Amino acid sequence: MNYHWDWMFFFQETDDGLKYYDWILSGLGWTTFVSLASLAVALILGSVLGVMRTTPKRWLVGLGDAYVDVFRNVPLIVQLFMWFFVVPELVPENIGLWMKQDLPYFVIAIVGLGLYTAARIAEQVKAGINSLSRGQRFAGLALGFTEWQTYRYVRLPMAYRIVLPALTSEAMNIFKNSAVTYAVGILELYFQYKQIIEKTSQVLEITIVVTLCYFVLAFVMNRILAFVEARTRVPGLIVGTKGSK
Amino acid sequence: MSDFDFSVIVQNWAFLAEGLRYTLQVTLTAMIGGILIGTVLALMRLSSIAPLQWFAAGYVNVFRSVPLVQVILAFYLILPLVLQMITGKQIPVGAANSAYFTFTIFEAAYYSEIMRSGIQSVPRGQVGAGYALGFTYGQAMRYVVLPQAFRNMLPVLLTQTIILFQDVSLVYAIGATDFFGAADKITQRDLRPVEMYTTVAVVYFIICFTLSRLVKWLQSHIAIIR
Amino acid sequence: MIEINNVSKWYGSFQVLTDCTTQVSKSEVVVVCGPSGSGKSTLIKCVNALEPFQQGSIVVNGIAVQDPKTDLPKLRAKVGMVFQNFELFPHMTITDNLAIAQIKVLGRSRDEAVDKGLKLLDRVGLKAQAAKFPGQLSGGQQQRVAIARALAMDPICMLFDEPTSALDPEMINEVLDVMVQLAQEGMTMMCVTHEMGFARKVANRVIFMDRGAIVEDAAKEDFFGQPRSERAQAFLAKILNH
Repeated sequence: MNYHWDWMFFFQETDDGLKYYDWILSGLGWTTFVSLASLAVALILGSVLGVMRTTPKRWLVGLGDAYVDVFRNVPLIVQLFMWFFVVPELVPENIGLWMKQDLPYFVIAIVGLGLYTAARIAEQVKAGINSLSRGQRFAGLALGFTEWQTYRYVRLPMAYRIVLPALTSEAMNIFKNSAVTYAVGILELYFQYKQIIEKTSQVLEITIVVTLCYFVLAFVMNRILAFVEARTRVPGLIVGTKGSK
Repeated sequence: MSDFDFSVIVQNWAFLAEGLRYTLQVTLTAMIGGILIGTVLALMRLSSIAPLQWFAAGYVNVFRSVPLVQVILAFYLILPLVLQMITGKQIPVGAANSAYFTFTIFEAAYYSEIMRSGIQSVPRGQVGAGYALGFTYGQAMRYVVLPQAFRNMLPVLLTQTIILFQDVSLVYAIGATDFFGAADKITQRDLRPVEMYTTVAVVYFIICFTLSRLVKWLQSHIAIIR
Repeated sequence: MIEINNVSKWYGSFQVLTDCTTQVSKSEVVVVCGPSGSGKSTLIKCVNALEPFQQGSIVVNGIAVQDPKTDLPKLRAKVGMVFQNFELFPHMTITDNLAIAQIKVLGRSRDEAVDKGLKLLDRVGLKAQAAKFPGQLSGGQQQRVAIARALAMDPICMLFDEPTSALDPEMINEVLDVMVQLAQEGMTMMCVTHEMGFARKVANRVIFMDRGAIVEDAAKEDFFGQPRSERAQAFLAKILNH
């Protein structure tokens, strides 16, 4: 193969005076920021939706189910395009104008990715709550807790522990999914990857480096959540998917 | 707010349908190829031969930690280089064709994890019973373990296929004309984003929602045999 | 027919079989009993190499099981085995369960295999169940099918690994009846079982195992008359009063 390897190009200067490795670092920063912010949105909204779907109120369950159905059955890139190009046209004109002109791109991207991921988190949270024995809720109510308090003090603390492994993989996925936000103009890692390829044609080197970056991000997230898992482990209780054998 | 004009959909339906056909073709190709390669990878992962285990584990872990858009672009650019190395000729592959290859290779990593847990869901005694009847390893897998693994995992394999169907929209990254790509190209020309993207979202929703309900139905009607 | 010589086996550093030696001659019925965890199931699985062992040798019909050159599928095809949990293939009909190995291992035609399978199914009294799936049969029926499946391979001997211990009490006899009939026809059999009634009826010898070793290996009359080891006495007392 007459491919010309050149690892030093990362230190060459680009059109805008920065070095190529600066582009990668900046992309890495945006990827991390967009992913973590989206994860926060997804965790909060996903928890609310997950809880809604386990309540005895049928309209809450229906609402939660409908949300999950809609957001799981439309591709992420289409959802992002909807937020960017369709929603501003459907809302009242002054809000639409504000969305198009004043609202920073990254906010819409974070909300878009967050709402998409929330559907997945809602599934996990619901499964976690449903895996608890019904007696837990009764015990809480018998102690005088309100329905909400049984969630807050009894059911959610256990449910989160149970679904932590599944949440970990969602949290690792969000870094990968954040790459799609390049299509709506976020200058994250994949955007820089694409741009560097166009400028330098050093496909293999940059592919290796960017792949390693995603590896590292996923690995760090995995370690952080493993730490959380270890810290929140309840003594004498076997939780998780690997315990049974 | 401008008036909606869905005539743009009617005028361009043939182009959109062509895009949808491409999306379905890539989905089916990658599903069949991905399950076949994935099954081989799963058997390698569960074999007692260390190098095979390492290869399969490496394959799965690499593809599962990289964004699909990146793989789509990387393969699109690297595939011609590799083909040139093998044949010595420059062979133009094209975005549309490279996606078939990329999705098959990429999805194999995901299907292999599903098949692996499927194989592990078959009790060990079944393999023993197969061996006791004189089956070789290959026969025990082919006649006893894999049919059960496949059947137990059918709903999960189909769910993964629905995800795959949605993921084909990411060929946007290399400009191939799938269903979403077709809509996007029409939008660039006719400037009717609201009608176009809404139609795309609704069609995706109808197809995926129907399929996922079918999978749910399947899950409750084909109970795990055992 | 089966010669087990000084077989020892370890799982890591834990020894599960210690220097086991015994043999089963043609047309002989040998019952292996002992408390759970005594290694009896492991020993019988060594006979057709479902479990590997590290020391000693097992020779079946003149073929050394532990020899790496031995064609194990060919050997196993000649040795029938019945498992504690039946291990019928749940995704196949009873007919296919009976036929599949005949077709794929012995190379019989489908017609021939089905014909033979149905004859044996009739023999175990389940001809009417041919088109059903294993999950639709009771445990006792499944185990009888499993015996028929093994017999369809025309085995030179049969291994039974606790064939009745997963069954409800009312189903045990229907399986034992088939086994008794088989023994009376002169089949060579090695049976891991606690069914002492079966042992009294048809066994030639009884082997008692404890902690991975063969503690007692005696003719049936001697074993039930006056077991020599204390452990066997204690075991018998417990199981017979049961």
